[in-house]
Amino acid sequence: MNELIQIQNLTKIFKSGLVGGYFTTAVDDISFDIHKAEIISLVGESGSGKTTVGRLILRLLKPSLGRIIYEGIDISTLRGKKLKEYYKHVQGVFQDPFASFNPIFKVDRVFNLLFDGYLKDKANKKNELIVESLEKVGLNSLDILGKYPHQMSGGQLQRILIARTLLLDTKLLIADELISMLDASTRVDVLNILGDLRDKEKMSVLFITHDLSLGYYISDTTMIMYRGNIVEFGKTKLVFDNPLHPYTRMLLSSVPEIGRKWKKSELEMKRGELPPGGCPYFDRCPLAMDVCRKKPSLKEIDQNHKVACYAAEGVKSNDPISFGKSHDS
Amino acid sequence: MAKLLDVKDYKVYYQTLKGQIKAVDGVSFFVNSDEVFGVAGESGCGKSTLGNSLIYLKAPMRYAGGNAVLDGNDISKFTDDQMRRIRFEKISIIPQFAMDAMSPTKKIKNIVVDLVREHNKRMSEKEIIDLAVERFKMIGLSKNVVDMYSIELSGGMKQRVVMVISTLLNPRLLIADEITSALDVSSQKFSVEMLDEFKSKRFVSSVIFITHDISVLYQIADRIMIMYAGHVVEIGNTEDIVLKPLHPYTKLLISSLPKMGIQFSQKRLKGIPGYPPNLLNPPTGCRFYDRCPLRVEPKKCQNEIPPLVEYMPDRYIACWAYIKGNDKNE
Repeated sequence: MNELIQIQNLTKIFKSGLVGGYFTTAVDDISFDIHKAEIISLVGESGSGKTTVGRLILRLLKPSLGRIIYEGIDISTLRGKKLKEYYKHVQGVFQDPFASFNPIFKVDRVFNLLFDGYLKDKANKKNELIVESLEKVGLNSLDILGKYPHQMSGGQLQRILIARTLLLDTKLLIADELISMLDASTRVDVLNILGDLRDKEKMSVLFITHDLSLGYYISDTTMIMYRGNIVEFGKTKLVFDNPLHPYTRMLLSSVPEIGRKWKKSELEMKRGELPPGGCPYFDRCPLAMDVCRKKPSLKEIDQNHKVACYAAEGVKSNDPISFGKSHDS
Repeated sequence: MAKLLDVKDYKVYYQTLKGQIKAVDGVSFFVNSDEVFGVAGESGCGKSTLGNSLIYLKAPMRYAGGNAVLDGNDISKFTDDQMRRIRFEKISIIPQFAMDAMSPTKKIKNIVVDLVREHNKRMSEKEIIDLAVERFKMIGLSKNVVDMYSIELSGGMKQRVVMVISTLLNPRLLIADEITSALDVSSQKFSVEMLDEFKSKRFVSSVIFITHDISVLYQIADRIMIMYAGHVVEIGNTEDIVLKPLHPYTKLLISSLPKMGIQFSQKRLKGIPGYPPNLLNPPTGCRFYDRCPLRVEPKKCQNEIPPLVEYMPDRYIACWAYIKGNDKNE
């Protein structure tokens, strides 16, 4: 098949506190595949575990449970040369472009370092390769090389980092909030680059974002995360045109859109008890039922459209659970 | 409608070793009472400088000309002491990064009491705390919040607490600076609704809502001002600005926004090529000249700053294409 990377039952538990401490499950037993030449957007609010997923794939964190399979091999077993090979194929670009560069060196350094380490054999063609990769992201090397990061805009710096991954023959790019710090007028150009790389270079992208309209614009597949769980997963058009999970519906109705005003809602955030082992959205869900005290699993409802919700599956209960309004005082 | 704030040819520069950065360079606008006035633009356009300077003009910010008349008083000429007296009671701000605005070593109630006492000596400590609790309840926060430290609150809760503190003394004019930018969509909606609620309860009269996100402004603002590189380019009613933009910058900016229903595979959106000018040595003419696809009169556009004119009732535009005599656009 054309799976590039398979995520199987991935779980990450963080321990906090010095003595004793408490545990936070940032990623809770999730499984999905990323295919070749696919842009998959991972959408969730802060604390949903979306960044942790990216960091686990980049091997910046060790999974507590579960496996990440790349080309048939569990990446946690990679060492030495094999690991280096993995990093040629899987690269990340992060939110803050200014933090990704060392301000006292010229931007050329991000390219030079590659040729010192990963691309020793190509060092004789270094300049051509750099110019070529910069062109692919719409930059003119004359405007870029020899300058310092502070002389560039955020959009330029992000493109330089994408160009850098092109030199490495990257197959999967983990783009964690890649454009959330960029201005509206330059942001869409960087998004278009991702689309072009998918179409021309057959690159796959895990596009981590909290902005649904950006995810809708660029991705083939959308994955909605909530409190470490995948609550909905499917072809982007299906998820957005026919959202099945109540959380996804709530998110979509909250997206500020031009030409559509928000519907007014109660000025109160619904919060109740979260049953251990239950649905992660239980306390905020308008459809919560008694069965929801046991966590629903991700099930395929339509073709290419999965959801983890009993109500969406059609389970009915004559015992809906309601939360009192006066839980806050 | 009465004007609450009337700003004319207002200039605020930053003093640096290399010279003056003309961050806000001759802006003119007014805010009516009882309205939400949206200010939008890219980073570096001067929108936050404008908001901050109206509240507290501190170095390296420097007042460089013009007036800002609030309720009949020109606050741009106020001394620090005069300003301190109206701040919080007449004009208040929810700062950018409000979540980090509270001291982590003080209980919320002490922060509130200290702040209010500084501006209003008439209220007793108990009255102040009761008022705060009442407002916290209104937005779904427990009364226990006053006894907590800011580090015990989540990001969204901190944001709400700061919003309550900023509006506690019912300021006439509230400046909300990027209050939705670091939030998730559901919290964004919540903050905007909260502001709306405060306005309908008359805790605040008018709001200047500063953001880079035009789709949020569409939800809340009555009128919108678009800024570019320290200048005002367009002011108008929200529907007009967003759905029928006239200035070439506003047009390009709005067409570059991803919208629901548009996918890359079907329609490729375009950004605006180029970058805003350096405000240390801004161009002599229109600041959008370099990136403008229109340039109706290239010489004039390049050399003369287009004045902000009322092109239609309630619609102000600064572009040579819309100045009478050059009326070939439209």
